[in-house]
Amino acid sequence: MSTQDTRHRAPRWAIWLPLALFGLFTALVLVGLLRPADRTVVSALVGKPMPQFKLPAALPDRPGLDSADFAKGSPRLVNIFASWCIPCRVEAPQLGALAKAGVRIEGISVRDSTENLRAFLSQNGDPFAAIGADDDGQVQLALGSSGVPETYVVDGKGLIRYQHVGEIRPEDVPLILEKLKEAGQ
Amino acid sequence: MTAEIGLASLWLAAALAALQLFAGAMGLTRKGETFAALVRPVAVVQGLLALLAFACLIRLFAVTDLSVKLVALNSHSLKPLVFKIAASWGNHEGSMLLWVTVMGLAGGFVALVERRLPERTMLATLAGQAFVSLGFYGFLLIASNPFERLNPVPREGQGLNPLLQDLGLAFHPPTLYLGYVGLSIAFSFAIGALVTREVGPAFARAMRPWVLGAWIFLTLGITAGSYWAYYELGWGGWWFWDPVENASLMPWLAATALLHSVSVLAARDALRTWTVMLGVVAFSMSMIGTFLVRSGILTSVHAFAVDPERGTFILALLAINIGGALTLFAIRAATVSEGERFAFLSREGALVFNNVMLSAILGIVLFGTLYPLLAEAMGAQVSVGPPYFNPMSALFAIPMLLVLAVGPLLRWKRDRFERVGRALVIPAMLVVVAGIALVVMGGVALLPFLGLVLGIGLAVASFMPLRSRNLRRLPLAVWGMVFAHFGIAVTLIGMSSESAFSTEKLVAVKVGETTHVGPWGVKLERVEPAAGPNWTALEARLLVRYGPDGDVTRMLPQARSFWAPPQQTSESALLTRWNGQLYAVLGGEGADGRWQLRLWWKPLVTLIWIGGLLIGFGGLLALIGRVVADLRRISLQGRIAWRKDGMSKLREGER
Repeated sequence: MSTQDTRHRAPRWAIWLPLALFGLFTALVLVGLLRPADRTVVSALVGKPMPQFKLPAALPDRPGLDSADFAKGSPRLVNIFASWCIPCRVEAPQLGALAKAGVRIEGISVRDSTENLRAFLSQNGDPFAAIGADDDGQVQLALGSSGVPETYVVDGKGLIRYQHVGEIRPEDVPLILEKLKEAGQ
Repeated sequence: MTAEIGLASLWLAAALAALQLFAGAMGLTRKGETFAALVRPVAVVQGLLALLAFACLIRLFAVTDLSVKLVALNSHSLKPLVFKIAASWGNHEGSMLLWVTVMGLAGGFVALVERRLPERTMLATLAGQAFVSLGFYGFLLIASNPFERLNPVPREGQGLNPLLQDLGLAFHPPTLYLGYVGLSIAFSFAIGALVTREVGPAFARAMRPWVLGAWIFLTLGITAGSYWAYYELGWGGWWFWDPVENASLMPWLAATALLHSVSVLAARDALRTWTVMLGVVAFSMSMIGTFLVRSGILTSVHAFAVDPERGTFILALLAINIGGALTLFAIRAATVSEGERFAFLSREGALVFNNVMLSAILGIVLFGTLYPLLAEAMGAQVSVGPPYFNPMSALFAIPMLLVLAVGPLLRWKRDRFERVGRALVIPAMLVVVAGIALVVMGGVALLPFLGLVLGIGLAVASFMPLRSRNLRRLPLAVWGMVFAHFGIAVTLIGMSSESAFSTEKLVAVKVGETTHVGPWGVKLERVEPAAGPNWTALEARLLVRYGPDGDVTRMLPQARSFWAPPQQTSESALLTRWNGQLYAVLGGEGADGRWQLRLWWKPLVTLIWIGGLLIGFGGLLALIGRVVADLRRISLQGRIAWRKDGMSKLREGER
């Protein structure tokens, strides 16, 4: 078999090729960095009506929660919580303050028992006008909520106007109040 | 105090890196001998200081010192200790600190042990290493200080992404990083060799163990990451062509090519330019991959730490390091002579073919990863997935696998096909038989079909280099090659089998009801709440039976809710049998009291990761073989030198 000479020297331009390709990469990425797309996560439900649901009362002395009631009323908060959730304890003072300021707060209690729920409310305060029992977490899922706690601002027509993921911290209270005011206009 | 000690040692390490760069550069000049003597000790101390900084960070996380911002953002007092420790590198700043630490330690190690290279090349190499490190130190100290304090001190930390709260994943990033950073040494060697124009077998032998070591860690890291994605993300997939996954695959492809070309250079003094370029490209791919993941420029299912501002900083680093290295390459490559010649049909020829195919696949993966960005620049939003990557990479992988069966049988320099043809008769017959069997069975798509028949042929062909050789005297490196190639075949069979024969079932079952998937009967016995240190869950107890008369086994898939931060995950349950895995995921409960179950029967799927481990094991054998051979050579040279010394003294005595 004949020996083919594979000792060709690479052409001059080929040696500059990696650098040129890298230059293209840098230019492309720079464009991407300087014009960043809007990547803030907005819940798909913001601007949409509350999903239809009817939750039984979590406590016998308090009404349950029917999504039909939201369409006829004033702006309010819907807070998803559970007695087994530690951040829910953290946000309880803020919910209390909001309730004291005259905000109507509805609760959805997720996978909870009556006794635990009572103990939680007596320890951490009870800002809720009504509490629905979401024993299997189905309503929570329908609301597009990924965990507890989560809070929704719902306007008088039953449209979701704002979603707050995680606990409401003291610094979040003004924003929530502002969103409620917007929802009332 | 710990945080301040950490920050101080980080600054000191950065200062020493600057000194190392300066002394290295001065050492290359004519009168720089004093500076030259500084470089090695400075490199060692720099590595130790970086290690001290990293140790401080681990301690801060271990005791959950919430006055440090990074700890407060990424940890939680309730977390198990091992995950507290893992949290120290499971975030942006910590992982960057881990990066410079490994780089510093590796540089220090090179400075201590490497004596084969000409001293000037060594100086240039350590200066190059310091240059790259310096960029990362600057990045840490200016843009993302891991030791920043927080005032007021929060009552509790914000936790760690629950998806990361998993033992496999806790150790997956450090494994990959060891790989990336091992390649940084190869990069620095390439720079050093380009600066002093000393590209030859000595350079290749010095570089080879680093490439091998990096490649082993990359292989194991990718294997572990793929298995993690498979069982933790709960969708039963093991490779998604996600940008983050591609970020680890690209350096692996480049390192695999480099590994083979560095062997040609060490054994035959050929492929000089090509090896140097791959040395630059392999580490560039690590940095580009890390950049793509960290900058948030690409959307990914698991880009955990994204921040466009830091992205700009890393891009500047990339432009300086990679752009600088490629410019140096372009200027110097023409002056590096090409080395020995060889025929097309030869071991070198096969390795060149393998290099070209690997580079083509690398190009395809890189293009596919960047394409969404390109499209976005033109105003369209697209995502590129398996329909592009699978056939395009197969196009080059298949010819490469064919040559992989032949290459190891070929002789260096020149060979005849008649000589190696005989060894391939049995594998070729197996390929035909398997092909006929699969056609008779029917229903297998083209790519899995090719994968299965080639995998079976290759599995046998990879042992052919052992034929008619004395197995006890065979070098370890040859055993390593055999195992690694056999591992490729095993992985290939696992991948193809998974996509050809998997059966999936999505059902809603009542408690007490039985459903079937593949040969399995699955009964939902009950669903109960369960709780862990920082999560609650619903746990299903499934009773499963293989075939009508198999033993009954339990499986316990969970739907978990974490509360810090709030997130739900599916903990899938896996049941491994010799011929495959049953995979079960618990979904939600329907209004009628039925539970959603997702079940997969995946024949031979475990071969994917067993193959990955075999590949890594092969690499390890080769590494041990090379290092032992090097040590022997060094001690032999030492003894010869000692004898010569003794002889001359004797002679002097006679006089």
